[in-house]
Amino acid sequence: MTKPMDHITWQEIEPGGVISEPGNASSYHTGTWRSQRPVYDVDKCIRCWRCFIMCPDAAISPDYENNRMVWNFDYCKGCGICAFECPVDAIEMQEEGE
Amino acid sequence: MAGASEKKILKPLKNFPMEEYINSGHRACQGCAEVLAVRHVLKAIGPDMILAMATGCMEIISSPYPLTSWNVPWIHVAFENAAAVASGVESGLKALRRKGRIPDKEITVLAMGGDGGTTDIGFQALSGMMERGQKVIYVCVDNEAYMNTGIQRSSSTPFGASTTTSPAGKVHPAGQMTWKKDMTAIAAAHGIPYTATACPSFYTDLIKKVQKAKEANGPAYLHILSVCPTGWRIPPEKAIQYGQLAVDTGVFPLYEVENGVWKLSRKAKALKPVTDYFKGQGRYRHLDEKLTAFIQEKVNERWERLLKLCGVELQTEDQA
Repeated sequence: MTKPMDHITWQEIEPGGVISEPGNASSYHTGTWRSQRPVYDVDKCIRCWRCFIMCPDAAISPDYENNRMVWNFDYCKGCGICAFECPVDAIEMQEEGE
Repeated sequence: MAGASEKKILKPLKNFPMEEYINSGHRACQGCAEVLAVRHVLKAIGPDMILAMATGCMEIISSPYPLTSWNVPWIHVAFENAAAVASGVESGLKALRRKGRIPDKEITVLAMGGDGGTTDIGFQALSGMMERGQKVIYVCVDNEAYMNTGIQRSSSTPFGASTTTSPAGKVHPAGQMTWKKDMTAIAAAHGIPYTATACPSFYTDLIKKVQKAKEANGPAYLHILSVCPTGWRIPPEKAIQYGQLAVDTGVFPLYEVENGVWKLSRKAKALKPVTDYFKGQGRYRHLDEKLTAFIQEKVNERWERLLKLCGVELQTEDQA
């Protein structure tokens, strides 16, 4: 049941307002909030995982095959924590749309 | 360059689970350290848990109907009864297990509330839960005001912070006029097996404490400082740094109380001045030198009392 609220009829609502599908909030893309975008430098990165650990949106994931971290821009809100916390400045915040 | 990049190979993390129990797509503000704290706590506990959550920021941002960010069984309850509902869940699980209706495996029951849902409104339910000795982990994610309704003061708001209901001005130059309620000490006074303070900026410490709480034989209480960039009026990217500063200045010391034994989590060394922590925070902008000195005095006093409780020698003044 991931339709918007005004498209749901009362017959579709489960008793008690139970939401039976876990984690369905991922259908809502918070990436549209972003005004700044993190830019990642693979060569500078020391693979310390700090960005992954400190990301409040869980928008950063490892890519073992290509030996790098990957940002999910559907959910990244552009808070800049990864860039600020990076010990080697491998991440830089850039204005969105530049 | 090739040699350097060969050395740096992405290896899987140890002691930090990869599964996410709070999904992306939640509507927390940019740079919210509270949702980060929740993410770390859930990772440390693992998939077998039931979570009862009081009203507050975490409930608002994670479950706008018909969506939910939770990948674990989650119950939303009113402000005052997160601990009571968690108690009921724990008793219910016990009964079902006895009747053989559910498999005999350990299921962690977790109750979670903000500072308003813990120190103000949910206080009696929490106290009752701890007194009955039910095996529930209660986590208070403390962002030091009622943030989701628009930064109103709670009893967990520290002295000197300006909020919308304790504004700094001519009548009250300090803003908030009372001191932060020492909820951890109150929980410890119930004589429960495990009580601790933590901060997501020190995530290894936080995860260790959650795992200890999980193994405790009875109720456990965790008080987690979670920086709120919106309410504290700081840039979102500095949320982690301010958590570190709160600990390093002694405003929010990290300690644990295990079966009545107090233990400091970080080695006692000279504290940084509180001005390091206040600088840059919009809610403390109005503080003058006199008020800062007054707060510093109180922070030092509390720190010394804590060192005494933990049985650590007073060494700060000689060495500093």
